[in-house]
Amino acid sequence: MTRRENNWPAALAFLAPNFLGFVAFMALPIVFSLAMAFTNWQMTESVPLEFAGLANFQDLLTEPRFWKFFANTAYLMLGIPVSIAGSLFLAILLSTKIRGLVVFRTMFYLPTITSGVALFILWKAIYNPEFGPLNAVLNGVFGLLGLNINAPEWLLSIAWAKPAIMLMGVWTAIGGTNMLLYLAGLSNIPPELYEAAQIDGAGRRAMFRHVTWPQLAPTTFFIIVMSAIGGLQGGFEQARVMTAGGPAESTVTLGYFIYMKGFEEYQLGYASAIAWMMFVLILVMTLINWKFGKSAFDVEV
Amino acid sequence: MADLMEDRPQREAGLFRRRTPTQMVWRGLGYVVLTATALTMMAPFTWMLATSLKPLAEVQSGHLLPQHWKFGNYPEVIRTIPYGRYYFNSVFVALWVTFGQVLTSAAAAYAFARIRWRWRDRVFILYLATLMVPGLVTLIPNYWVLTKLHLINTYTVLILPACFSAYGTFLLRQFMLTIPQSLDEAAEMDGAGHWRIFWDVVMPLARPGLIVLAIFTFMGNYQSFFWPLIMVKDDYLRTLPIGLLYFDSSYGRETSLLMAASVMAMIPLIALFVVGQKFFVKGIQLGAVKG
Repeated sequence: MTRRENNWPAALAFLAPNFLGFVAFMALPIVFSLAMAFTNWQMTESVPLEFAGLANFQDLLTEPRFWKFFANTAYLMLGIPVSIAGSLFLAILLSTKIRGLVVFRTMFYLPTITSGVALFILWKAIYNPEFGPLNAVLNGVFGLLGLNINAPEWLLSIAWAKPAIMLMGVWTAIGGTNMLLYLAGLSNIPPELYEAAQIDGAGRRAMFRHVTWPQLAPTTFFIIVMSAIGGLQGGFEQARVMTAGGPAESTVTLGYFIYMKGFEEYQLGYASAIAWMMFVLILVMTLINWKFGKSAFDVEV
Repeated sequence: MADLMEDRPQREAGLFRRRTPTQMVWRGLGYVVLTATALTMMAPFTWMLATSLKPLAEVQSGHLLPQHWKFGNYPEVIRTIPYGRYYFNSVFVALWVTFGQVLTSAAAAYAFARIRWRWRDRVFILYLATLMVPGLVTLIPNYWVLTKLHLINTYTVLILPACFSAYGTFLLRQFMLTIPQSLDEAAEMDGAGHWRIFWDVVMPLARPGLIVLAIFTFMGNYQSFFWPLIMVKDDYLRTLPIGLLYFDSSYGRETSLLMAASVMAMIPLIALFVVGQKFFVKGIQLGAVKG
């Protein structure tokens, strides 16, 4: 059995292809970019590489645009709790021995499956104030009600561009992966718990509060953590396709900021600093979730 | 874990039991909400499909269905931009990445799940740790290195870096841990080495996990945006998302053409989802619950 105890030649053979790629494209770049975040690293060779100390980070923290884009990112993340609540609600409805479960679930999941540039182009057309169907319907409804207001200009308006992207995000996510996770969580709740609650005379609300919600706590916790991590990094693709960051940079998120600094202005050191700030934000937020989750959801973490 | 794929046969308990009027009202309301949600989900897609079949002048006609059907929008897209080329690039790159990622992840997962060696757990923790770092962090050095190596604007740069995945390794390791270890031992008694055990014992049993990873990888790579956006400069190397982005910026007012292009881009995803739906649901739960 000693052969099985420390069989590193065999392990090496199986691991090597993956490990080489992992080191080359993941591990080394991580170390490299952390080091370069403290330099003036640029794409052009005419600028000599110099150690910059904390200058990049100081610049960032005093840069109003950084805080603006952080606020944009946080604003867009406000859609997350709405979509999570919606996913839970839909999952509960689908778990009540409904007919046509598969048909409903397929339709709800369609936006998630198709999410990408093609879907964003579709929504850009939907939001178009001139010929988009959304405002045609809205203005029609306003007219019927005798209201003398115009539908918003959506992606063209500083006030409405973020809500428009957020609304699309909620529409995309509400019947997606989170709903499937909740469905799985619901099917794992022992029916005896509901029977016992029924015997105790619990109504619908009490059953949700004392059985469903606590039993789903680990799922909810997982969903919140993952959504928050994704939300902080997200927003680039939508904004790049639908608004190019506008109007007046109102839809530029932190991810977009990295793209602007790194791949439009080629300030790679500065862009690395933003990426590592993002990592710190993710870490802090995950720790808050962890701490909050421990007490609020009573989850073993 | 209960299989969510089938309408479970709990129905017999529910269907013939007498319900109180209140219960029936609640059930009715449930169907109303679900149907309304389904309509909200389908409405944009319906509009997209209808618009893709309209002449441009009819886009804001107020009728959902085309008055004059114009199937010609689809060939027009293909004539206007090298759509076939984009399609080929996307599928070609995504297939190679899927092949590479599943193969390297499976081999590494085998090393982590079925072979004992001294540094195993430490190396595995290293893999897990990189999952926490935002993808944008590695993007910048990778862009720089691959540009310096003159690999920018090649298929290699689109395929090779995506062939190694810590997430895929993690997913398959979790899956392989559920396969009984006694099977390996039995095969070893029969004189099989790791190579044989890997191909003849573990891989066939890990097939559901492999399919899950393959579907996720293919779909993710087919939709990949940031990497091809910065790494590809020439039109003939553009994948669909990048091709669509530039099509939209230069033909932004040709709504019916844009919708036809979007429909065509979505078809492989929807087809793959319908075929592989069972694995999708499983994969999401596998990645989440055991993670």
